[in-house]
Amino acid sequence: MRLQGANAPLLEAGAAWLLALLWVLPLAYAIWAAVHPATLATHFDPFAPLTLANFRKAWTYAPFARHFLNTVLLVTMILAAQLVLCTLAGFAFARFEFAGHNVAFGLVLVQLMVMPEVLIVENYRTMARLGLVDTILGIGLPYMASAFGIFLLRQTFKTIPRELEDAARVEGCSMLGVLWRVYVPLARPTYLAYALVSVSYHWNNFLWPLIITNSVNTRPLTVGLAIFGAPESGVDWAVISAGTLMAVSPLLVAFLLFQRQFMQSFMQAGIK
Amino acid sequence: MKHVYGWLLLTPAAILLVGFTHYPAAATLVDSFFSTGTALRPSHFVGLANYAALGADPIFWQVLGNNLAFALGTIPTSIALAMLMAIWVNDRLPARALVRMSYFTPTILPMIAVANLWLFFYTPQIGLVDKLTALFGVPSHNWLGDPRTVMGCIAVMTVWKEAGFFMIFYLAALQSLPPELGEAARIEGASRWYFFRRVTFPLLMPTTLFVLVNATINSFKLVDHLFILTKGGPDNASNLLLYYIYQVAFSFFDTAYASTLTVVLLALLAALAIAQFQLIEKRVHYR
Repeated sequence: MRLQGANAPLLEAGAAWLLALLWVLPLAYAIWAAVHPATLATHFDPFAPLTLANFRKAWTYAPFARHFLNTVLLVTMILAAQLVLCTLAGFAFARFEFAGHNVAFGLVLVQLMVMPEVLIVENYRTMARLGLVDTILGIGLPYMASAFGIFLLRQTFKTIPRELEDAARVEGCSMLGVLWRVYVPLARPTYLAYALVSVSYHWNNFLWPLIITNSVNTRPLTVGLAIFGAPESGVDWAVISAGTLMAVSPLLVAFLLFQRQFMQSFMQAGIK
Repeated sequence: MKHVYGWLLLTPAAILLVGFTHYPAAATLVDSFFSTGTALRPSHFVGLANYAALGADPIFWQVLGNNLAFALGTIPTSIALAMLMAIWVNDRLPARALVRMSYFTPTILPMIAVANLWLFFYTPQIGLVDKLTALFGVPSHNWLGDPRTVMGCIAVMTVWKEAGFFMIFYLAALQSLPPELGEAARIEGASRWYFFRRVTFPLLMPTTLFVLVNATINSFKLVDHLFILTKGGPDNASNLLLYYIYQVAFSFFDTAYASTLTVVLLALLAALAIAQFQLIEKRVHYR
Protein backbone atom coordinates (compact mmCIF):
# COMPACT_ATOMS: atom_id res chain seq x y z
CA MET A 1 0.00 0.00 0.00
CA ARG A 2 1.62 3.20 -1.13
CA LEU A 3 2.62 6.10 1.00
CA GLN A 4 0.09 8.88 0.99
CA GLY A 5 -1.67 11.33 3.21
CA ALA A 6 -0.67 14.06 5.58
CA ASN A 7 1.29 13.73 8.80
CA ALA A 8 -1.15 12.76 11.50
CA PRO A 9 -1.34 15.33 14.32
CA LEU A 10 0.39 14.13 17.47
CA LEU A 11 -2.84 13.66 19.39
CA GLU A 12 -4.30 11.47 16.67
CA ALA A 13 -1.13 9.45 16.32
CA GLY A 14 -1.34 8.78 20.04
CA ALA A 15 -4.96 7.72 19.75
CA ALA A 16 -4.14 5.45 16.81
CA TRP A 17 -1.42 3.84 18.90
CA LEU A 18 -3.68 3.44 21.89
CA LEU A 19 -6.31 1.73 19.77
CA ALA A 20 -3.68 -0.57 18.26
CA LEU A 21 -2.54 -1.48 21.75
CA LEU A 22 -6.12 -2.19 22.78
CA TRP A 23 -6.53 -4.34 19.67
CA VAL A 24 -3.55 -6.62 20.42
CA LEU A 25 -4.43 -6.84 24.09
CA PRO A 26 -6.59 -10.01 23.93
CA LEU A 27 -3.95 -11.89 22.01
CA ALA A 28 -1.12 -10.52 24.15
CA TYR A 29 -3.02 -11.52 27.27
CA ALA A 30 -3.49 -15.05 25.95
CA ILE A 31 0.24 -15.30 25.29
CA TRP A 32 0.96 -14.00 28.79
CA ALA A 33 -1.33 -16.58 30.37
CA ALA A 34 -0.01 -19.40 28.21
CA VAL A 35 3.63 -18.96 29.17
CA HIS A 36 3.09 -18.64 32.92
CA PRO A 37 2.07 -21.21 35.54
CA ALA A 38 -1.71 -21.40 35.89
CA THR A 39 -1.66 -19.92 39.39
CA LEU A 40 0.07 -16.79 38.10
CA ALA A 41 -1.97 -16.36 34.91
CA THR A 42 -4.14 -13.63 36.38
CA HIS A 43 -1.46 -11.81 38.31
CA PHE A 44 0.67 -9.33 36.48
CA ASP A 45 4.13 -9.88 37.80
CA PRO A 46 6.68 -9.15 35.09
CA PHE A 47 9.21 -11.38 36.83
CA ALA A 48 6.92 -14.41 37.06
CA PRO A 49 8.71 -17.56 35.90
CA LEU A 50 8.15 -18.58 32.30
CA THR A 51 7.04 -22.08 31.42
CA LEU A 52 6.01 -24.19 28.44
CA ALA A 53 4.13 -26.65 30.63
CA ASN A 54 0.76 -25.30 29.52
CA PHE A 55 1.51 -26.11 25.89
CA ARG A 56 2.58 -29.62 26.83
CA LYS A 57 -0.58 -30.09 28.89
CA ALA A 58 -2.83 -28.80 26.13
CA TRP A 59 -1.14 -31.08 23.64
CA THR A 60 -1.87 -34.12 25.82
CA TYR A 61 -5.32 -33.11 27.16
CA ALA A 62 -6.81 -33.00 23.67
CA PRO A 63 -5.77 -34.96 20.55
CA PHE A 64 -4.30 -31.84 18.98
CA ALA A 65 -1.98 -33.74 16.66
CA ARG A 66 -4.96 -35.51 15.13
CA HIS A 67 -6.96 -32.26 14.86
CA PHE A 68 -4.02 -30.60 13.11
CA LEU A 69 -3.75 -33.47 10.67
CA ASN A 70 -7.50 -33.38 9.98
CA THR A 71 -7.46 -29.63 9.36
CA VAL A 72 -4.46 -29.85 7.05
CA LEU A 73 -6.08 -32.69 5.11
CA LEU A 74 -9.35 -30.79 4.96
CA VAL A 75 -7.99 -27.47 3.69
CA THR A 76 -5.68 -29.21 1.21
CA MET A 77 -8.46 -31.35 -0.18
CA ILE A 78 -10.89 -28.46 -0.47
CA LEU A 79 -8.34 -26.18 -2.11
CA ALA A 80 -7.19 -28.80 -4.62
CA ALA A 81 -10.76 -29.59 -5.65
CA GLN A 82 -11.70 -25.90 -5.78
CA LEU A 83 -8.77 -25.04 -8.02
CA VAL A 84 -9.71 -27.72 -10.55
CA LEU A 85 -13.48 -27.23 -10.51
CA CYS A 86 -13.40 -23.43 -10.45
CA THR A 87 -10.77 -23.27 -13.22
CA LEU A 88 -12.90 -25.41 -15.52
CA ALA A 89 -16.12 -23.59 -14.74
CA GLY A 90 -14.50 -20.16 -14.83
CA PHE A 91 -13.00 -20.99 -18.21
CA ALA A 92 -16.40 -22.12 -19.49
CA PHE A 93 -18.01 -18.82 -18.45
CA ALA A 94 -15.14 -16.67 -19.71
CA ARG A 95 -14.64 -18.17 -23.17
CA PHE A 96 -17.68 -20.24 -24.23
CA GLU A 97 -20.96 -18.53 -24.96
CA PHE A 98 -22.84 -21.77 -24.52
CA ALA A 99 -26.62 -21.95 -24.50
CA GLY A 100 -27.97 -20.78 -21.15
CA HIS A 101 -24.65 -19.42 -19.85
CA ASN A 102 -26.25 -16.30 -18.39
CA VAL A 103 -28.86 -18.24 -16.43
CA ALA A 104 -26.23 -20.76 -15.33
CA PHE A 105 -23.96 -17.95 -14.12
CA GLY A 106 -26.81 -16.39 -12.17
CA LEU A 107 -27.46 -19.73 -10.51
CA VAL A 108 -23.79 -20.05 -9.60
CA LEU A 109 -23.83 -16.63 -7.94
CA VAL A 110 -26.69 -17.74 -5.66
CA GLN A 111 -24.07 -19.60 -3.61
CA LEU A 112 -22.35 -16.32 -2.71
CA MET A 113 -25.35 -15.56 -0.53
CA VAL A 114 -26.56 -19.05 0.43
CA MET A 115 -23.43 -20.65 1.81
CA PRO A 116 -23.65 -24.36 2.70
CA GLU A 117 -23.66 -23.61 6.43
CA VAL A 118 -27.04 -21.91 6.13
CA LEU A 119 -28.60 -25.13 4.80
CA ILE A 120 -27.35 -27.36 7.62
CA VAL A 121 -30.53 -29.42 7.96
CA GLU A 122 -30.81 -30.55 4.33
CA ASN A 123 -27.09 -30.88 3.75
CA TYR A 124 -26.81 -33.14 6.78
CA ARG A 125 -29.57 -35.30 5.32
CA THR A 126 -27.77 -35.48 1.96
CA MET A 127 -24.53 -36.49 3.65
CA ALA A 128 -26.35 -39.18 5.62
CA ARG A 129 -27.76 -40.55 2.36
CA LEU A 130 -24.30 -40.55 0.78
CA GLY A 131 -22.83 -42.25 3.86
CA LEU A 132 -20.45 -39.33 4.36
CA VAL A 133 -21.38 -38.30 7.90
CA ASP A 134 -18.26 -38.15 10.05
CA THR A 135 -15.81 -38.14 7.15
CA ILE A 136 -13.40 -35.41 6.10
CA LEU A 137 -14.79 -35.63 2.58
CA GLY A 138 -18.22 -34.89 4.07
CA ILE A 139 -16.93 -31.67 5.63
CA GLY A 140 -15.31 -30.52 2.40
CA LEU A 141 -17.70 -31.62 -0.32
CA PRO A 142 -20.27 -28.77 -0.04
CA TYR A 143 -17.50 -26.18 -0.44
CA MET A 144 -15.65 -27.64 -3.41
CA ALA A 145 -17.63 -25.90 -6.12
CA SER A 146 -17.10 -22.34 -4.93
CA ALA A 147 -19.10 -19.57 -6.58
CA PHE A 148 -16.53 -17.06 -5.41
CA GLY A 149 -13.71 -19.02 -7.07
CA ILE A 150 -15.65 -19.43 -10.32
CA PHE A 151 -16.47 -15.73 -10.36
CA LEU A 152 -12.91 -14.63 -9.61
CA LEU A 153 -11.35 -16.86 -12.28
CA ARG A 154 -13.96 -15.92 -14.87
CA GLN A 155 -13.12 -12.24 -14.34
CA THR A 156 -9.38 -12.94 -14.60
CA PHE A 157 -9.66 -15.17 -17.69
CA LYS A 158 -11.76 -12.52 -19.41
CA THR A 159 -8.92 -10.01 -19.19
CA ILE A 160 -6.48 -12.31 -21.01
CA PRO A 161 -6.20 -11.27 -24.70
CA ARG A 162 -7.67 -13.73 -27.16
CA GLU A 163 -4.63 -13.31 -29.43
CA LEU A 164 -2.59 -15.40 -26.98
CA GLU A 165 -5.13 -18.18 -27.22
CA ASP A 166 -5.23 -17.97 -31.02
CA ALA A 167 -1.44 -18.15 -31.21
CA ALA A 168 -1.40 -21.27 -29.04
CA ARG A 169 -4.11 -22.83 -31.18
CA VAL A 170 -2.08 -22.21 -34.32
CA GLU A 171 0.78 -24.02 -32.63
CA GLY A 172 -1.54 -27.00 -32.29
CA CYS A 173 -2.64 -26.64 -28.67
CA SER A 174 -5.88 -28.40 -27.69
CA MET A 175 -8.57 -26.59 -25.76
CA LEU A 176 -7.43 -27.93 -22.41
CA GLY A 177 -3.84 -27.33 -23.51
CA VAL A 178 -4.67 -23.66 -24.05
CA LEU A 179 -6.25 -23.50 -20.60
CA TRP A 180 -3.25 -25.15 -18.97
CA ARG A 181 -0.47 -23.38 -20.91
CA VAL A 182 -1.96 -19.90 -21.45
CA TYR A 183 -4.77 -19.09 -19.03
CA VAL A 184 -3.64 -20.80 -15.83
CA PRO A 185 -0.06 -19.37 -15.82
CA LEU A 186 -1.34 -15.85 -16.51
CA ALA A 187 -3.89 -16.06 -13.70
CA ARG A 188 -1.28 -16.95 -11.07
CA PRO A 189 -1.86 -13.86 -8.83
CA THR A 190 -5.57 -14.63 -8.76
CA TYR A 191 -4.88 -18.22 -7.76
CA LEU A 192 -2.61 -17.07 -4.96
CA ALA A 193 -5.19 -14.61 -3.61
CA TYR A 194 -7.93 -17.19 -3.83
CA ALA A 195 -5.82 -19.87 -2.13
CA LEU A 196 -5.06 -17.59 0.81
CA VAL A 197 -8.72 -16.76 1.35
CA SER A 198 -9.84 -20.36 0.93
CA VAL A 199 -7.26 -21.76 3.34
CA SER A 200 -8.00 -19.07 5.95
CA TYR A 201 -11.73 -19.64 5.64
CA HIS A 202 -11.62 -23.40 6.00
CA TRP A 203 -8.94 -23.38 8.68
CA ASN A 204 -11.33 -21.25 10.73
CA ASN A 205 -14.68 -22.72 9.67
CA PHE A 206 -16.69 -24.22 12.51
CA LEU A 207 -20.46 -24.73 12.25
CA TRP A 208 -20.67 -27.25 9.41
CA PRO A 209 -17.64 -29.29 10.57
CA LEU A 210 -19.19 -29.41 14.06
CA ILE A 211 -22.46 -30.78 12.73
CA ILE A 212 -21.07 -33.34 10.31
CA THR A 213 -18.31 -34.82 12.50
CA ASN A 214 -18.64 -36.85 15.69
CA SER A 215 -15.28 -38.49 16.28
CA VAL A 216 -11.70 -37.51 16.96
CA ASN A 217 -10.59 -38.96 13.64
CA THR A 218 -12.46 -36.37 11.61
CA ARG A 219 -12.82 -33.29 13.83
CA PRO A 220 -10.80 -30.31 12.63
CA LEU A 221 -8.99 -27.91 14.96
CA THR A 222 -11.86 -25.47 15.47
CA VAL A 223 -14.20 -28.24 16.62
CA GLY A 224 -11.52 -29.79 18.81
CA LEU A 225 -10.80 -26.39 20.28
CA ALA A 226 -14.47 -25.76 21.04
CA ILE A 227 -14.77 -29.04 22.95
CA PHE A 228 -11.50 -28.42 24.74
CA GLY A 229 -12.29 -24.81 25.61
CA ALA A 230 -15.89 -25.33 26.70
CA PRO A 231 -16.33 -24.24 30.34
CA GLU A 232 -17.69 -27.67 31.28
CA SER A 233 -14.42 -29.34 30.22
CA GLY A 234 -12.88 -28.01 33.45
CA VAL A 235 -9.49 -27.25 31.90
CA ASP A 236 -7.82 -24.23 33.45
CA TRP A 237 -7.45 -21.02 31.58
CA ALA A 238 -3.71 -21.08 31.04
CA VAL A 239 -4.02 -24.40 29.24
CA ILE A 240 -6.96 -23.19 27.15
CA SER A 241 -4.89 -20.15 26.12
CA ALA A 242 -2.02 -22.41 25.13
CA GLY A 243 -4.33 -24.66 23.10
CA THR A 244 -5.99 -21.70 21.42
CA LEU A 245 -2.62 -20.23 20.48
CA MET A 246 -1.45 -23.53 19.06
CA ALA A 247 -4.57 -23.80 16.91
CA VAL A 248 -4.28 -20.28 15.46
CA SER A 249 -0.48 -20.11 15.20
CA PRO A 250 0.05 -21.50 11.67
CA LEU A 251 -2.33 -18.96 10.15
CA LEU A 252 -1.13 -16.19 12.45
CA VAL A 253 2.52 -16.76 11.55
CA ALA A 254 1.67 -16.90 7.84
CA PHE A 255 -0.19 -13.61 8.21
CA LEU A 256 2.68 -11.92 10.04
CA LEU A 257 5.04 -12.98 7.26
CA PHE A 258 2.82 -12.08 4.31
CA GLN A 259 0.65 -9.27 5.69
CA ARG A 260 0.29 -7.33 2.49
CA GLN A 261 -0.69 -10.34 0.44
CA PHE A 262 -3.23 -11.38 3.09
CA MET A 263 -4.89 -7.97 3.26
CA GLN A 264 -5.09 -7.64 -0.49
CA SER A 265 -6.53 -11.13 -0.87
CA PHE A 266 -9.16 -10.56 1.80
CA MET A 267 -10.11 -7.30 0.14
CA GLN A 268 -10.55 -8.97 -3.24
CA ALA A 269 -12.63 -11.64 -1.55
CA GLY A 270 -14.88 -9.06 0.04
CA ILE A 271 -15.45 -6.93 -3.03
CA LYS A 272 -16.05 -9.88 -5.39
CA MET B 1 -19.23 -27.37 -30.31
CA LYS B 2 -18.95 -24.42 -27.95
CA HIS B 3 -22.21 -25.50 -26.29
CA VAL B 4 -20.90 -28.99 -25.63
CA TYR B 5 -17.51 -27.79 -24.38
CA GLY B 6 -19.05 -25.09 -22.22
CA TRP B 7 -21.38 -27.47 -20.46
CA LEU B 8 -18.76 -30.19 -20.17
CA LEU B 9 -16.39 -27.80 -18.39
CA LEU B 10 -19.15 -26.60 -16.13
CA THR B 11 -20.65 -30.00 -15.24
CA PRO B 12 -18.42 -31.05 -12.30
CA ALA B 13 -18.95 -27.75 -10.49
CA ALA B 14 -22.62 -27.66 -11.46
CA ILE B 15 -23.36 -31.06 -9.91
CA LEU B 16 -21.90 -29.98 -6.57
CA LEU B 17 -23.54 -26.56 -6.66
CA VAL B 18 -26.96 -28.00 -7.39
CA GLY B 19 -26.45 -30.77 -4.83
CA PHE B 20 -25.43 -28.53 -1.94
CA THR B 21 -27.04 -25.18 -2.71
CA HIS B 22 -30.04 -25.31 -5.02
CA TYR B 23 -31.44 -28.70 -4.12
CA PRO B 24 -31.22 -28.17 -0.33
CA ALA B 25 -32.71 -24.69 -0.66
CA ALA B 26 -35.68 -26.10 -2.57
CA ALA B 27 -35.99 -29.10 -0.23
CA THR B 28 -35.99 -26.75 2.77
CA LEU B 29 -38.95 -24.89 1.32
CA VAL B 30 -40.84 -28.15 0.64
CA ASP B 31 -40.05 -29.51 4.11
CA SER B 32 -41.47 -26.41 5.74
CA PHE B 33 -44.92 -27.56 4.56
CA PHE B 34 -44.57 -31.02 6.12
CA SER B 35 -44.50 -32.26 9.69
CA THR B 36 -41.41 -33.81 11.27
CA GLY B 37 -41.62 -37.56 10.79
CA THR B 38 -41.32 -39.92 13.76
CA ALA B 39 -41.15 -43.69 13.95
CA LEU B 40 -44.86 -43.88 14.69
CA ARG B 41 -46.10 -41.01 12.56
CA PRO B 42 -44.39 -40.50 9.19
CA SER B 43 -44.00 -37.00 7.85
CA HIS B 44 -47.18 -35.63 6.23
CA PHE B 45 -48.36 -32.45 4.55
CA VAL B 46 -49.46 -29.82 7.04
CA GLY B 47 -49.83 -26.74 4.83
CA LEU B 48 -48.89 -23.58 6.66
CA ALA B 49 -49.05 -25.10 10.15
CA ASN B 50 -45.30 -24.72 10.67
CA TYR B 51 -45.55 -21.06 9.76
CA ALA B 52 -48.44 -20.61 12.18
CA ALA B 53 -46.28 -22.22 14.87
CA LEU B 54 -43.49 -19.85 13.90
CA GLY B 55 -45.72 -16.81 14.31
CA ALA B 56 -46.78 -18.05 17.74
CA ASP B 57 -43.27 -18.98 18.89
CA PRO B 58 -42.06 -16.31 21.34
CA ILE B 59 -38.48 -17.59 21.06
CA PHE B 60 -38.50 -17.01 17.29
CA TRP B 61 -39.50 -13.38 17.76
CA GLN B 62 -37.00 -12.94 20.55
CA VAL B 63 -34.24 -14.40 18.40
CA LEU B 64 -35.18 -12.20 15.47
CA GLY B 65 -35.17 -9.18 17.78
CA ASN B 66 -31.76 -10.24 19.07
CA ASN B 67 -30.46 -10.45 15.52
CA LEU B 68 -31.71 -6.92 14.89
CA ALA B 69 -30.25 -5.61 18.15
CA PHE B 70 -26.98 -7.37 17.41
CA ALA B 71 -26.81 -5.80 13.93
CA LEU B 72 -27.68 -2.33 15.25
CA GLY B 73 -25.25 -2.69 18.13
CA THR B 74 -22.25 -3.87 16.14
CA ILE B 75 -22.48 -2.48 12.62
CA PRO B 76 -22.45 1.32 13.11
CA THR B 77 -19.66 1.03 15.70
CA SER B 78 -17.61 -1.29 13.49
CA ILE B 79 -18.03 1.02 10.52
CA ALA B 80 -17.11 4.16 12.45
CA LEU B 81 -14.05 2.47 13.91
CA ALA B 82 -13.05 0.98 10.57
CA MET B 83 -13.22 4.43 8.97
CA LEU B 84 -11.16 5.95 11.75
CA MET B 85 -8.58 3.16 11.55
CA ALA B 86 -8.30 3.54 7.79
CA ILE B 87 -7.81 7.31 8.00
CA TRP B 88 -5.13 6.92 10.65
CA VAL B 89 -3.32 4.15 8.85
CA ASN B 90 -3.49 6.11 5.60
CA ASP B 91 -1.69 9.06 7.21
CA ARG B 92 2.03 9.21 7.83
CA LEU B 93 2.21 7.66 11.25
CA PRO B 94 5.22 6.34 13.16
CA ALA B 95 5.32 2.53 12.87
CA ARG B 96 2.31 2.60 10.61
CA ALA B 97 2.69 -0.99 9.40
CA LEU B 98 2.62 -2.23 12.98
CA VAL B 99 -0.55 -0.30 13.76
CA ARG B 100 -2.24 -1.60 10.61
CA MET B 101 -1.25 -5.13 11.50
CA SER B 102 -2.70 -4.83 15.01
CA TYR B 103 -6.02 -3.66 13.60
CA PHE B 104 -6.23 -6.45 11.06
CA THR B 105 -5.02 -9.41 13.14
CA PRO B 106 -8.42 -10.35 14.65
CA THR B 107 -9.73 -10.92 11.11
CA ILE B 108 -7.64 -14.02 10.59
CA LEU B 109 -8.47 -15.65 13.93
CA PRO B 110 -11.27 -18.22 14.03
CA MET B 111 -14.35 -17.04 15.92
CA ILE B 112 -14.00 -20.05 18.23
CA ALA B 113 -10.51 -18.94 19.29
CA VAL B 114 -11.73 -15.36 19.73
CA ALA B 115 -14.55 -16.58 21.95
CA ASN B 116 -12.08 -18.63 24.00
CA LEU B 117 -9.94 -15.54 24.57
CA TRP B 118 -12.84 -13.27 25.44
CA LEU B 119 -14.63 -15.77 27.63
CA PHE B 120 -11.96 -15.27 30.20
CA PHE B 121 -12.27 -11.48 30.08
CA TYR B 122 -15.90 -11.78 31.07
CA THR B 123 -15.46 -14.43 33.76
CA PRO B 124 -16.74 -13.08 37.08
CA GLN B 125 -14.11 -12.14 39.68
CA ILE B 126 -10.98 -13.41 37.91
CA GLY B 127 -11.76 -11.96 34.45
CA LEU B 128 -10.07 -8.81 33.19
CA VAL B 129 -13.35 -6.86 32.92
CA ASP B 130 -14.24 -7.55 36.54
CA LYS B 131 -10.74 -6.59 37.65
CA LEU B 132 -10.94 -3.30 35.80
CA THR B 133 -14.38 -2.43 37.14
CA ALA B 134 -13.24 -3.42 40.64
CA LEU B 135 -10.71 -0.57 40.49
CA PHE B 136 -13.70 1.78 40.37
CA GLY B 137 -15.43 -0.01 43.20
CA VAL B 138 -18.03 -1.74 41.03
CA PRO B 139 -19.05 -5.09 42.55
CA SER B 140 -18.34 -8.34 40.65
CA HIS B 141 -20.82 -9.07 37.91
CA ASN B 142 -21.67 -12.15 35.84
CA TRP B 143 -21.39 -10.39 32.49
CA LEU B 144 -22.41 -13.28 30.26
CA GLY B 145 -24.93 -14.67 32.73
CA ASP B 146 -27.04 -11.52 32.94
CA PRO B 147 -29.63 -11.04 30.16
CA ARG B 148 -29.06 -7.26 30.35
CA THR B 149 -25.33 -7.34 29.68
CA VAL B 150 -24.80 -10.48 27.61
CA MET B 151 -25.57 -8.93 24.21
CA GLY B 152 -23.38 -5.94 24.92
CA CYS B 153 -20.46 -8.21 25.78
CA ILE B 154 -20.85 -10.18 22.57
CA ALA B 155 -21.23 -6.98 20.57
CA VAL B 156 -17.94 -5.58 21.91
CA MET B 157 -16.17 -8.78 20.96
CA THR B 158 -17.69 -8.76 17.46
CA VAL B 159 -16.65 -5.15 16.86
CA TRP B 160 -13.12 -6.11 17.86
CA LYS B 161 -13.20 -9.04 15.43
CA GLU B 162 -14.65 -7.19 12.43
CA ALA B 163 -13.54 -3.54 12.43
CA GLY B 164 -10.08 -4.38 11.03
CA PHE B 165 -11.60 -6.34 8.17
CA PHE B 166 -13.80 -3.40 7.14
CA MET B 167 -10.81 -1.09 7.52
CA ILE B 168 -9.09 -2.56 4.45
CA PHE B 169 -12.00 -1.56 2.20
CA TYR B 170 -11.84 2.01 3.47
CA LEU B 171 -8.09 2.01 3.08
CA ALA B 172 -8.41 0.98 -0.56
CA ALA B 173 -11.05 3.66 -1.14
CA LEU B 174 -8.92 6.35 0.54
CA GLN B 175 -5.94 5.45 -1.60
CA SER B 176 -7.99 5.83 -4.75
CA LEU B 177 -8.97 9.41 -3.84
CA PRO B 178 -6.95 12.05 -5.72
CA PRO B 179 -4.26 13.55 -3.43
CA GLU B 180 -4.99 17.00 -4.90
CA LEU B 181 -8.12 17.15 -2.71
CA GLY B 182 -6.07 17.08 0.47
CA GLU B 183 -3.55 19.57 -0.90
CA ALA B 184 -6.29 21.98 -1.94
CA ALA B 185 -7.88 21.74 1.49
CA ARG B 186 -4.52 22.41 3.15
CA ILE B 187 -3.95 25.52 1.04
CA GLU B 188 -7.44 26.74 1.88
CA GLY B 189 -6.69 26.11 5.55
CA ALA B 190 -9.56 23.67 6.10
CA SER B 191 -9.42 21.83 9.43
CA ARG B 192 -9.01 18.05 9.45
CA TRP B 193 -12.49 17.57 10.84
CA TYR B 194 -14.01 19.88 8.24
CA PHE B 195 -12.15 18.09 5.45
CA PHE B 196 -13.36 14.73 6.74
CA ARG B 197 -16.98 15.87 7.10
CA ARG B 198 -17.26 17.66 3.75
CA VAL B 199 -14.88 15.71 1.49
CA THR B 200 -13.71 12.32 2.74
CA PHE B 201 -16.93 11.07 4.32
CA PRO B 202 -19.16 11.76 1.30
CA LEU B 203 -16.60 10.26 -1.07
CA LEU B 204 -16.44 7.12 1.06
CA MET B 205 -20.22 6.67 0.88
CA PRO B 206 -20.20 3.87 -1.75
CA THR B 207 -17.73 1.94 0.43
CA THR B 208 -19.87 2.53 3.51
CA LEU B 209 -22.97 1.16 1.78
CA PHE B 210 -21.01 -1.84 0.56
CA VAL B 211 -19.60 -2.55 4.01
CA LEU B 212 -23.02 -2.04 5.55
CA VAL B 213 -24.63 -4.76 3.46
CA ASN B 214 -21.74 -7.17 4.00
CA ALA B 215 -21.77 -6.54 7.74
CA THR B 216 -25.50 -7.20 7.88
CA ILE B 217 -25.07 -10.50 6.05
CA ASN B 218 -22.27 -11.46 8.45
CA SER B 219 -24.45 -10.67 11.44
CA PHE B 220 -26.84 -13.42 10.28
CA LYS B 221 -24.19 -15.97 9.38
CA LEU B 222 -21.76 -15.67 12.26
CA VAL B 223 -22.88 -17.62 15.32
CA ASP B 224 -19.79 -19.71 16.17
CA HIS B 225 -19.01 -17.68 19.29
CA LEU B 226 -22.34 -18.60 20.89
CA PHE B 227 -21.21 -22.23 21.15
CA ILE B 228 -18.43 -21.15 23.52
CA LEU B 229 -19.74 -18.07 25.28
CA THR B 230 -23.41 -18.54 26.07
CA LYS B 231 -25.10 -21.33 24.09
CA GLY B 232 -27.72 -18.70 23.28
CA GLY B 233 -28.47 -18.08 26.95
CA PRO B 234 -29.29 -17.00 29.51
CA ASP B 235 -32.89 -17.75 28.61
CA ASN B 236 -32.28 -17.05 24.89
CA ALA B 237 -31.10 -13.51 25.67
CA SER B 238 -28.15 -13.91 23.28
CA ASN B 239 -29.65 -16.42 20.85
CA LEU B 240 -29.44 -15.67 17.12
CA LEU B 241 -31.46 -17.08 14.24
CA LEU B 242 -28.87 -19.49 12.80
CA TYR B 243 -27.99 -20.78 16.26
CA TYR B 244 -31.67 -21.31 17.01
CA ILE B 245 -31.97 -23.29 13.75
CA TYR B 246 -29.07 -25.43 14.90
CA GLN B 247 -30.72 -26.02 18.28
CA VAL B 248 -34.10 -26.90 16.79
CA ALA B 249 -32.58 -29.28 14.24
CA PHE B 250 -29.81 -30.96 16.22
CA SER B 251 -30.88 -30.66 19.87
CA PHE B 252 -34.69 -30.83 19.60
CA PHE B 253 -34.65 -32.87 16.36
CA ASP B 254 -37.60 -30.94 14.94
CA THR B 255 -36.33 -30.79 11.36
CA ALA B 256 -39.57 -29.50 9.84
CA TYR B 257 -39.60 -26.49 12.14
CA ALA B 258 -35.86 -25.98 11.55
CA SER B 259 -36.63 -25.90 7.81
CA THR B 260 -39.33 -23.31 8.39
CA LEU B 261 -36.86 -21.15 10.30
CA THR B 262 -34.30 -21.66 7.53
CA VAL B 263 -36.82 -20.37 4.99
CA VAL B 264 -37.02 -17.14 7.02
CA LEU B 265 -33.23 -16.88 7.04
CA LEU B 266 -33.07 -17.53 3.30
CA ALA B 267 -35.70 -14.84 2.69
CA LEU B 268 -33.68 -12.36 4.74
CA LEU B 269 -30.49 -13.22 2.88
CA ALA B 270 -32.28 -12.93 -0.47
CA ALA B 271 -33.52 -9.45 0.47
CA LEU B 272 -29.98 -8.46 1.37
CA ALA B 273 -28.68 -9.94 -1.89
CA ILE B 274 -31.10 -7.77 -3.83
CA ALA B 275 -29.99 -4.73 -1.84
CA GLN B 276 -26.37 -5.55 -2.58
CA PHE B 277 -27.07 -6.07 -6.26
CA GLN B 278 -28.75 -2.69 -6.52
CA LEU B 279 -25.80 -1.09 -4.79
CA ILE B 280 -23.45 -2.54 -7.36
CA GLU B 281 -25.65 -1.15 -10.13
CA LYS B 282 -25.56 2.27 -8.47
CA ARG B 283 -21.81 2.18 -8.13
CA VAL B 284 -21.49 1.73 -11.88
CA HIS B 285 -23.48 4.94 -12.36
CA TYR B 286 -21.43 6.66 -9.72
CA ARG B 287 -18.22 6.16 -11.67
